[in-house]
Amino acid sequence: MDKRTIGVEVSIAIAEAVAQADVDLIAAYPITPQTHIVEHLSELVAEGRLDAEFVPVESEHSAMSVCCGSSAVGARTFTSTSSQGLALMAEIFFIAPSMRLPIVMALANRSLSAPLSIWNDHSDVMMVRDAGWIHIFTENGQDSYDNIFCSFRIAEDPAVMLPVAVNVDGFILTHMIEPIKYVSDKLVKKYLPEFQMKDALHPDSPLSMGCFAMPEIYTETQKAREEAVLGSYDVVVRAWKEWGELTGRNYSPVETYRTNDADICYVTMGSLSENAMMAVDALRNKGEKVGLIKIRLWRPFPFNDFFSAVNGKAGLIVIDRAMSFGGPGGPLALELRSALYGKQSAPQIVNFIAGFAGRDVTRDDFMSIMIEAKTRFAKDDTSGYVFYGVRE
Amino acid sequence: MNTIPIYAPLLLDKKEYLTSGHRACQGCAEALAVRLVMKALGRDTIVAMATGCMEIISSSLPTTAWQVPWIHVAFENAPAVITGCESGMKAMMRKKKIREKKINFVSMGGDGATADIGMGQLSGAMERGHNCIYICYDNEAYMNTGIQRSSSTPYGATTTTTPAGHDTIGQMTNKKNMPKIAVAHEIPYVATACPSYPFDLIRKLKKASEINGPAYIHIMSVCPTGWRIDPDEAIKYGRLIVESCVFPLYEVENGEYYINYIPEKIPVKEYLKGQGRFRHLKESDIGRIQERVDKEYSSLLKIAKTGDSSECK
Repeated sequence: MDKRTIGVEVSIAIAEAVAQADVDLIAAYPITPQTHIVEHLSELVAEGRLDAEFVPVESEHSAMSVCCGSSAVGARTFTSTSSQGLALMAEIFFIAPSMRLPIVMALANRSLSAPLSIWNDHSDVMMVRDAGWIHIFTENGQDSYDNIFCSFRIAEDPAVMLPVAVNVDGFILTHMIEPIKYVSDKLVKKYLPEFQMKDALHPDSPLSMGCFAMPEIYTETQKAREEAVLGSYDVVVRAWKEWGELTGRNYSPVETYRTNDADICYVTMGSLSENAMMAVDALRNKGEKVGLIKIRLWRPFPFNDFFSAVNGKAGLIVIDRAMSFGGPGGPLALELRSALYGKQSAPQIVNFIAGFAGRDVTRDDFMSIMIEAKTRFAKDDTSGYVFYGVRE
Repeated sequence: MNTIPIYAPLLLDKKEYLTSGHRACQGCAEALAVRLVMKALGRDTIVAMATGCMEIISSSLPTTAWQVPWIHVAFENAPAVITGCESGMKAMMRKKKIREKKINFVSMGGDGATADIGMGQLSGAMERGHNCIYICYDNEAYMNTGIQRSSSTPYGATTTTTPAGHDTIGQMTNKKNMPKIAVAHEIPYVATACPSYPFDLIRKLKKASEINGPAYIHIMSVCPTGWRIDPDEAIKYGRLIVESCVFPLYEVENGEYYINYIPEKIPVKEYLKGQGRFRHLKESDIGRIQERVDKEYSSLLKIAKTGDSSECK
């Protein structure tokens, strides 16, 4: 394996991974903060370093539509978007998994309007949570780079054939320069075989895709979609395991940090996890038994991994970077609460909404959150949620 | 008639790529148009279709009327989907992942998909210069949802969202000129056609498939249901719309207009009468329509040369 470690902007590393994966088509429409990804890909194509069609479309809706066409003919297909772009492509975003098209997308997570904000939170991805894509959250530059390869591998597995979104926190990750260990093309070839689509559109074997369904059959198509998403779990785990064997970098659906003897754990997704780890270290130094649970695989949701991770814990502090307005709180907390509902000796959950639109959630914030959470645990006041850090 | 089995195969592919058994209304000229289009293009064709009548009637799971690879994704995006197919295959052929082959990449939609909701995506596909054909099947309203107006609905037509009433004539504005918008993109080939002139339609589709770059074909597809005519009158009204010069048959090659058929020019009234959607029109309304048709047609004649008219008789 190539041990080159290069200080590089994470977006550039993601684009390099896409190129190393030898994609056939990239559909691109500019939106901050994903722009550097497709800009770099366009340079790689222009320089002849990547033999792919670069299709600069007129909207994100078209970007996803072009991806559907490209993927349907069996071409390895990539796109990238953010926020309003995702909102605009949402219609087609829902159609792609139903048609079992293995598109890979880097989703540079960003808040939704209004007010207009270009910075990071998870409002955008949560809007399309239920579409049937496989969702992976990355924590730093290295795993953003690595997970591009894993995503193609998962998406194109004949047992899966679903699109995969690699969720990368906008700016916080996309625009950060980090030391990235690149893998060799040889390793990529070994890990990611050439894509051969079994049922691609081709005149030699005509088939109809995306048909119209009467009520007699629509339900069955949706059950098939659900089974495909659930069934992808084993492939995801296998893909990460093999990546770990090749590179020594291991990923799993739910990851834990200092949780063995912990009573209270933070639960986070994405780049927040790194600050949370620092807070855990600081609290551990003070003798507090705290840990961190990171949800890396958001869909299909890894229920069993989660149950194992929280086994024996007294309380969970779930930090959401999105909100279900007028609902029970953040999407992560509501999901975890419902997963634990009715379970014997389930941990209590307090939910904090924090880090909207790029507002920092620092180590000290995590420590303040711990103090507030402990008060709530003590008072047995764990329903609802806390909008953290609001100036009132 | 005896000669038809001898000569017809020489003129036309005997194979059907849109097969019978689909669910179109009786007398649907759009289904006929699609059938003829597919005969002209042949088996090495990939079709991306917009949501609409034709998708609904031809692809009901678990059946399909399509004998060529066919994909439907959504309403407004057939041109983008087909450019994805075209570009994806181009890359794979270049990289020797699949065998080289000439394939016609065709996207299709009705007038709503073309002139309204999908116009941005059609414009994008034409502007980017993909080697794809776009076909608009224009029946002048959103027919399968219950005859609502589109921007391709002609002045004076009553629809369920522009009903003629005491205070209104029905559709208040003139039909959007989609072929002209396509021409403005400076693409190599734009044409109008109508299945009432089948050989002209086939010739134009064949030409479009030979051209390198985007082609736009606007096909007038009479809808007996929406036009409130009898199912056996679709071909007749296709002829009347051309004969009255409401819908002239022409083609535009690299910006040069060629008119394919200069009819005797019957009064527009001959075309309007008998259609339920125009039955409320007064003489003065018809006069206004005639005036506009005259103006449009004479400006077309001014810029057009006489083109191939062999298939229009």
